[in-house]
Amino acid sequence: MDRPIRVLVAKPGLDGHDRGAKVIARSLRDAGMEVIYTGLRQTPDQIVAAAIQEDVDVVAMSILSGAHNHLFPKVVNLLREEGVDDMLIIGGGVIPEDDIPYLIESGIEAVFTPGTPTKDVIEFITNNLRR
Amino acid sequence: MVLYLNIEERLLKGDKRACARLITMLENNDKEAVNILKRVYKNSGNAYVIGITGPPGAGKSTLTDKLTKELLKQGKKIGIVAIDPTSPFSGGAILGDRIRMNDLALDRNVFIRSMGTRGSLGGMSKATWGAIKVLDIFGCDYIFIETVGVGQSEVDIVKTADTVLMVMVPNLGDDIQAIKAGIMEIADVFAINKSDLDGADKTKVEVEMNLDLNEEKDYRPPVVKVSAGQNKDIDILLDKILEHREYLEKTNELENIRTRNNKLEILKMVEEDLMKLILDRAVKEDLLENLAKEVTLRETDPYSAKDEIIELIVNNE
Repeated sequence: MDRPIRVLVAKPGLDGHDRGAKVIARSLRDAGMEVIYTGLRQTPDQIVAAAIQEDVDVVAMSILSGAHNHLFPKVVNLLREEGVDDMLIIGGGVIPEDDIPYLIESGIEAVFTPGTPTKDVIEFITNNLRR
Repeated sequence: MVLYLNIEERLLKGDKRACARLITMLENNDKEAVNILKRVYKNSGNAYVIGITGPPGAGKSTLTDKLTKELLKQGKKIGIVAIDPTSPFSGGAILGDRIRMNDLALDRNVFIRSMGTRGSLGGMSKATWGAIKVLDIFGCDYIFIETVGVGQSEVDIVKTADTVLMVMVPNLGDDIQAIKAGIMEIADVFAINKSDLDGADKTKVEVEMNLDLNEEKDYRPPVVKVSAGQNKDIDILLDKILEHREYLEKTNELENIRTRNNKLEILKMVEEDLMKLILDRAVKEDLLENLAKEVTLRETDPYSAKDEIIELIVNNE
C-alpha cells in the first residue's frame, strides 16, 4: 500500500491525561501514519463525526478514567449506526484485565494496557486494517 | 478497499461520507476520483474560498474556528481544510488543527478535513485543490483553507483562495520583516492576533507603514487587531473579509483571479504529468543514472544531458 494509514487518536470522557495518547500519536507518525489528534474530553458523538469527516482507517481511543466499559462500546455502536464497517477500532489506557473480554465482545478489536511496546500497536494496526 | 456505490449522486445530495471518501481518493491519486470530478465539475463554483496563512502558533486554527462560528450565525454551510506538515523522513504526520475546532465537529453545516502536506512545499497539499472542488459541490458556501504554519515564502495559498487572510502576532521580528518580499505581499486582509499582548499596536503600525509604501490602488488591505482566544473583534475581521469579496465582485476582479488561478492549476498538472512521462522513460532506461555519472566524470555537461532527455520525448511523438 502506498498511501499513509490514517488514524484518529481520541480521548473520550473526562480524564485530563493525554501523555499516553501523545506518545502513541508520535510513534504512529514515525511509522509513517497520518495521525489526527482530537485533544481531550471528547464525546462519543464528536469522535464519530471526526472519524467520518476524516475518513480514517483506524479509530484509536485512550481512557484513564475508568469509563471505558461505557464509552468504548458507545463509539462502536454510533459508528455502526452510521453504517461504518470498514474502520478498525482499538482502545488503550488503564483497563483492568477482567474488562477486556467485554470490550472485545463489544467490537473493540484490541485493548492495549500500560507497558505495551509501541511497536506492538503499530504491528496490530498494519496487520488488521479493514480496507 | 470498500468502494462506495453512487458516490457521485450522494455527494450532490450533500452526503458527508461520500464527501469524505472522495477527498481520500483524491489524496491517494485514485483515477476514479478524477473521473467523478470531471462529471460533476459543472456543479461547482458556488463556494467562496478564504485562505488563512501565517506563522506556526499565530492562531490560525482558533481564528478559523471563530470565523466559522460567525458565518454559521448567518446560516452558511462551511468547509474547512486544515493542513499540517508531513514528516520528510517517515511520511507520517500529526494533524492537530481539529483540537481548536472541537465544538464545530457536530454542527451539520460544518465539514472539517485535516491533511498532511505529503511532500508539497508551498504550504498546502497537492490534494487541496481537489478537496476544494469536492467541498464546493458538497454544498459549502464558504471554504477555509488553513495552510501549514509558514515562514516567508510559502505562497501557494494565493493561487487557490479568493481572499487571503494573513494572521500575524506581535513580537516576531523587527520592522524589516514587514517590508520583506514573499508572504507579506499576498495578503488581502491582515489580522494581528493575540491583540491583548504588548506590541500588538506596534505590529499593526509596522504593517500599515509597509502598506503605505505600496503603489496606490483602489483596494488597500485592512489591518485588524483581534483576539481569537478571547473571541474579540472577530465580527470586525469577518466584515473586512466580506468587504474584500464585495470589492472583487463589484470590479469583476474575482473572475480575473479565478481565471488566473485556473491557469496556474492546469499548468501545474500539465507539468506534473509531463515530468512523470519524461522521468518514467529516462529512469526506466537508466538514462538519468548514466548521464549523471557521465557529468561527474566530465564526459558530458549537465546542459547537454538535459537536452538529451528532452529529445527523448520530443522525438518520440
